[in-house]
Amino acid sequence: MKWLALAGALVALTAVPLWVGSIYYVNIASQILIAAIFALGINVLVGYAGLVTLGHAGLFGIAAYAAARIMNNGHDHVAVAAGAIALTLAAAAVFAVLALRGTGLGFVMITVALGQIVWGIAYRWISITNGDNGISIKGRPSPLGLSLASPAAFYWATLVVFLVAVASMALFVASPFGASVRGTRDQARRMNALGYHVWMIRFLAFLFSAFWSGVAGVLYLYYNQFVSPHVVALTASAEALLMVIAGGTATLLGPIAGAALVVIIKNVVSAHIERWNFMLGAIFVVIVVFMPEGLVPGTIRLTRWIRRTS
Amino acid sequence: MNLWFVLAINSITLGGLLFLLSAGFSLIFGLMKIPNLTHGSFFMLGAYLATSLLARGFDFWTAAVAAGLLVAALGGIVERLILRRLPGAELAQVLVTLGLSFMIADACLMVWTGDPIQVATPGALRGATSVGWLAFPTYRLAIAVIAVVFAAGLWALLDRTRLGAMIRAGVDDPEMARVTGIRVSRLFTIVFCLGAWLAGFAGVIGGPILSVYPGLDQEMLPLALVVVILGGSGSLLGSLVGSFIVGFLYNFGQAMFPELAYVVLFLPMLIVLVVRPQGLFGRPAL
Repeated sequence: MKWLALAGALVALTAVPLWVGSIYYVNIASQILIAAIFALGINVLVGYAGLVTLGHAGLFGIAAYAAARIMNNGHDHVAVAAGAIALTLAAAAVFAVLALRGTGLGFVMITVALGQIVWGIAYRWISITNGDNGISIKGRPSPLGLSLASPAAFYWATLVVFLVAVASMALFVASPFGASVRGTRDQARRMNALGYHVWMIRFLAFLFSAFWSGVAGVLYLYYNQFVSPHVVALTASAEALLMVIAGGTATLLGPIAGAALVVIIKNVVSAHIERWNFMLGAIFVVIVVFMPEGLVPGTIRLTRWIRRTS
Repeated sequence: MNLWFVLAINSITLGGLLFLLSAGFSLIFGLMKIPNLTHGSFFMLGAYLATSLLARGFDFWTAAVAAGLLVAALGGIVERLILRRLPGAELAQVLVTLGLSFMIADACLMVWTGDPIQVATPGALRGATSVGWLAFPTYRLAIAVIAVVFAAGLWALLDRTRLGAMIRAGVDDPEMARVTGIRVSRLFTIVFCLGAWLAGFAGVIGGPILSVYPGLDQEMLPLALVVVILGGSGSLLGSLVGSFIVGFLYNFGQAMFPELAYVVLFLPMLIVLVVRPQGLFGRPAL
């Protein structure tokens, strides 16, 4: 039954460009996948390691900026992807060493500050990042000779990366490493007493999370062929965090559902009114106050409660 | 006029503003353990409200105090209606305050549009004051004086009054404070409103120097965070010293390395984190 549902979902996802009808929706589907990869990465830290980050848009942005710079220097796809991811991981190692000086609130505040440093560089260090004007690239690259120019082709390429990401998450959750990460979240002291190196486990979880954030950042650049400082703004980190929280933390499907929800609402809402940030904030407040466990479990609880009281 | 002299004056002014902003943040964080990410929004909202009051013919200082009170009222509502429901849930508090900051920012954009608004310097404080052979811009001097007066006032409040003693008890050990009959939950509201008022007031008196524009909140919040991380949360002295360090770094950094001003600003914070995670004047976590 489970495998049947999985196969069905796979077929439906693969066939998206064939049944959604217009290019607009294919592009939205690509955006959802990119956002979902990013949210899955953040969920490793927020959900499984219990470390709330508000600086991951910085890592996402570093990957996107690095990819844009490397590409404009005339390198091919392999160099772009490898270089961007390597740089992201290096930055993430520095981020992790600093942020892991604190846990809980200290961690949050340090990641906010680190994210703002990246924003400051993106915005002010004009000789490298071109400041507010951002960097454009000339067309999407063609990995293995396959053109990604058409929306459908790009969607399928993103889908492949997305499926790898989901598979890596499933493996991570089931692995001993995944169990030890959850252990550091729930009982850091006991884990320490049992002989686990809590700091190193968190550090590796941070890098794993940064890896997928970087991948999402590179895909984002390929999709938009443009990157500007608003990608690394605090709002972007918050939006990604909202996806994870909205869907339900520490679940495999939660961040994906959350990413779909946020991207769809964002596109629908911004088509009608300009006040996306207000909506984003309001959704945050409502979810946190009324459904702290995430939309999917929260809706179930609320419907049960309404049924019982009526 | 010497460039370094001007920079030093500007640094002291910014430091004074940052102290008003971060003292409230630090108190709220120290007492309630709430990382109030709406603090930058309170700053901006105060400034915006004051521009409307000034446009209706109010005097500058009346407008500053009144705008601060309106912001404090909003802070009280937020604390009572929302934060009250989330005791100890740090993640939820971060998210709610962040969500509120987005809502406030967007609402300000709606009401006051995206154009920067200049705030006129109050008449009596225009021009320069000469001390010996040095000429100080009077208004900037006034901000420094206000900051010092507030620092002294807050210190007296915390160190010399019954309310201050109760707040300190609440910071040290909320459960024990409750057992001895202190109504800690009412303290929370008082401290939150006080912090919000300070932030709103700082926004207004910063107006003539910074002017008011969308994004001011996101610019001030990280500065307040750096101050608190540098100085140590819950420490008034830490806020004061941290504010002036950040004020100097920001202005001199911008003059000397314009492209890297932000990095220069955060470097000492990173050094402090590595060497002394609790901040310069903070106490180590238990």
